[in-house]
Amino acid sequence: MLAKRIIPCLDVDDGRVKKGINFVHLTDVGDPVEIAAQYQKQDADELVFLDITETNQKRKTMIDMVEQVSQQVFMPLTIGGGVSSVDDIKQLLKAGADKVAINSAAVSDPDLITAGAEKFGNQCIVVAIDVKYDPETDKYFVYTHGGHQKTDLEAISWAKTVVEKGAGELLVTSMDADGTKKGFNIDLYQKLDQAVDVPIIASGGAGDLADFSEVFLKAKVDGALAASVFHYGELTIKDVKKHLKQKVVTVR
Amino acid sequence: MFAIVDYDTGNTRNLKKALDYLGIENILTSDPEKITAAQAVILPGVGAFEAAMEALRQRNLVSVVQKVAKDKTPILGICLGMQLLFDDSEEYGLHQGLGLIPGHIKAIPKQAGLKVPQMGWNQNQLRQKDSFFESIDQQFTYFVHSYYAECEERFLVASVDYGIEIPSIVQNDNIIGMQFHPEKSGRVGLELLKNFQKMVKTNDFTCN
Repeated sequence: MLAKRIIPCLDVDDGRVKKGINFVHLTDVGDPVEIAAQYQKQDADELVFLDITETNQKRKTMIDMVEQVSQQVFMPLTIGGGVSSVDDIKQLLKAGADKVAINSAAVSDPDLITAGAEKFGNQCIVVAIDVKYDPETDKYFVYTHGGHQKTDLEAISWAKTVVEKGAGELLVTSMDADGTKKGFNIDLYQKLDQAVDVPIIASGGAGDLADFSEVFLKAKVDGALAASVFHYGELTIKDVKKHLKQKVVTVR
Repeated sequence: MFAIVDYDTGNTRNLKKALDYLGIENILTSDPEKITAAQAVILPGVGAFEAAMEALRQRNLVSVVQKVAKDKTPILGICLGMQLLFDDSEEYGLHQGLGLIPGHIKAIPKQAGLKVPQMGWNQNQLRQKDSFFESIDQQFTYFVHSYYAECEERFLVASVDYGIEIPSIVQNDNIIGMQFHPEKSGRVGLELLKNFQKMVKTNDFTCN
């Protein structure tokens, strides 16, 4: 059976990993290649790089970064952040990405999902969805532009739409849980699991070991993504996998 | 020199990067002469079966690969490149392959709870002892595929469980296939590529 995936996420600003990573052996805390190599050593199952560079002119920097990381690190790489055209997807894949995550552009131009899937196969088209719970309607809504813009899209039906359009995987971040370290949003992922049949990566809320086993056991997601708990050494990937094995979750 | 067959299929460059990283001399080429002269031939591949066969035909490479196979040059097919080694595939109609390993490429059945494509890390079981690839036993490698090979057990070196048994490494004498991506399978994958290099050096295909 497939192993559940543990995925560190790195924010990249102008080719450098933002805020730096607090590993013991790093000589350069912002170097994406060195950080990626460390995560490979720790047996991370995949890496997600999100380009948070504000200007579009710097896209070339991200492509160079992917090129360099993929010369040293031999594991699946997903790249997102500002991807808005078939040409963007093509260049990232050519540089060494295995998957490309589309977020805001999937909302403004849903046909981009289909165009990307038809040209490169749906296995490499990830749609990233940022969602926030709305207590008034008891529904989750989709936000774009790094969570700054609310849309009218209800998250579960949007998930179904993007899968119909050709998304091969969903990376879904609960904005409510993100940064709280109080656990993943189980309710959200249970609803998504029932709605779509492509792999789902849960993101937002990882704080301790039990959060990981909970999301895999209760919501049947395929992967769990986290940033700060790994970057600051609060948890190691090894710790998480050891814990998951004890809970009889299949991990690598 | 290893030749990676360049026929405009996806992501051959990641494979090249892995070989470069390991210090295995290689070229990415569609030149029949260079492929024929190579010490070993690697056939990568991502995408649909018939489109890949057509791309090989357009470059007159079908007979070239079949000829080097006959001359006992080690050939390693990866992912779709492995599937092309078989007799035929049922992907979008029935299409003929290279016919270097007896067997057929079939769709992974969509069983309850199993997503197709199989995408992710799956655990290998060694099915044949004394193989150059025996280090794969119990190890996880990275798969992305919707079709799988159906072949006789004697060609099976290792397999994974995905509702059905899916061959992960196959071998017919000097012809090797890996369904997963060794270039994306971390140190386990890199070690398998090194093992392939060892096999090439010793020129020993006695596993079956």
